[in-house]
Amino acid sequence: MVYSDKVIDHYENPRNVGSLDKEAEDVGTGIVGAPECGDVMKLQIQVEDGVIKDAKFKTFGCGSAIASSSLATEWLKGRTVEEAAEIRNVDIVEELALPPVKIHCSVLAEGAIKQALADFQNKQGGEPASTEE
Amino acid sequence: MEQDSQIYLDYQATTPVDPRVLEAMVPWFTQSFGNAASRNHAFGWEAEKAVDLARKSIGAAIGASGREIIFTSGATESNNIAILGVAHMYAPKGKHVITCSTEHKAVLDPMRALENEGWELTVLGVSEKGHIDLDELRGAIREDTTLVSIMHGNNEIGTLHPIGEVGAICREKGVLFHTDATQSLGKEEIDVQAMNIDLLSGSAHKMYGPKGVGMLYVRRRNPRVRIAPVMHGGGHERGMRSGTLNVPGIVGLAKALELCLEDREGEQKKITALRDRLQERLSSALTHVHVNGDEDSRLACSLNISFEFVEGESMLMGMHGIAVSSGSACTSASLEPSYVLRALGVGDELAHSSIRFSVGRFTTEEEVDHAADLTISTVKKLREMSPLYEMAMEGIDLSTVKWSGH
Repeated sequence: MVYSDKVIDHYENPRNVGSLDKEAEDVGTGIVGAPECGDVMKLQIQVEDGVIKDAKFKTFGCGSAIASSSLATEWLKGRTVEEAAEIRNVDIVEELALPPVKIHCSVLAEGAIKQALADFQNKQGGEPASTEE
Repeated sequence: MEQDSQIYLDYQATTPVDPRVLEAMVPWFTQSFGNAASRNHAFGWEAEKAVDLARKSIGAAIGASGREIIFTSGATESNNIAILGVAHMYAPKGKHVITCSTEHKAVLDPMRALENEGWELTVLGVSEKGHIDLDELRGAIREDTTLVSIMHGNNEIGTLHPIGEVGAICREKGVLFHTDATQSLGKEEIDVQAMNIDLLSGSAHKMYGPKGVGMLYVRRRNPRVRIAPVMHGGGHERGMRSGTLNVPGIVGLAKALELCLEDREGEQKKITALRDRLQERLSSALTHVHVNGDEDSRLACSLNISFEFVEGESMLMGMHGIAVSSGSACTSASLEPSYVLRALGVGDELAHSSIRFSVGRFTTEEEVDHAADLTISTVKKLREMSPLYEMAMEGIDLSTVKWSGH
């Protein structure tokens, strides 16, 4: 497998590796994938006034899966919840120059984002996160 | 190529040609280039003589006569000739063949091809360590069984099948026994008489010889094994394998095997020590490490090991400059994790986390130590990044988690 420089950079220097308190009210957690499929991504966001203040990930998977989730946390920070929901896997594919066999890594990352957002919104009582003011 | 700084620990994939082998081969390219089938001039006679010498030497190495050795392009071809050739020749006797689930694809695929042609195929399962059940084998042999093919040393996990016992069962039951000895030839002791082997495949490039040349032992007496040709043409190799003989390759194969046997036990001892050193370093520095295969009956060079909670391809990415293989789906063309590891029932997640190290003639202690250090630091780094490791450390039993899959 030949990796793009960006994949290698994220693999060598992963951004935002770690965990947030999954019980906290302002934290949304998404876990997607399965060990027997060879990749599991955990992605967490911490939201303050509708804006993602912090994002963390942990990934079991190939270099492209690690890079996809690392990139996702980078993109999530500073976005509003609505903006975060707009991140598409194709954006990740393009940014990391993922080859066709690795597209599922980006799909997984998009899934993790969506799940983390949904988890956060559930904690807010099912209401869409507030973004006024 | 940036090979100078690379450490090669993939001797089960292929080996470098020993310089002494290359030296023996060279004249057969340029000066003595004759066609071994040219019966009417000195160029041909010379080539034929070299081939016959090689035949004798290879035969002697496994307890056979030179006339029982035929040359091929490699073990894949040898396996195909043995399986398809025997099955077709003995079809009037019956159309049932037996093999096991951890065989190389070069055995499994011709077996499947037979199945498509109307043969019945029994694929024996294996234990957690990669062994077949000999009683199950005995029970699987029927009136219409013509061939049993069980490999000697497994290419992924190194497990050694007790081929002498398999041979004895086949002989007693009156069926032919083929063994794919690609990984073990020149390394483990092989005697086709004592082990009741009727057909045996081998390859030069797994034992410091050149790529593109292999051999097939075909028993001529007690019983005489007959083979329907797979390759049709000029009737070379007594009609069993047509095609101009690869004289330099054959000379190289024989030389490579001779060198292996010169000090087989000494070399095996050295290689075992290196492999054990690697295994010891990895398993003492890391927790949650599983050796795949049978530690008590294993090819000396082989170490197949799973590092729980990290994925194989990401490990290879971190192990810069170390040439090894992984059973991870991401590193295979099929995008499936290793079917050999799956056959052991170790679970797909351990297959994804497996690395195959294999040491060889030119491996040094320094290389082993460096590879071990780099592997350890990579596993540690990736575990810090692994949600599975985190969950396991929190005491969560991963097998009880409901995963989303994809």
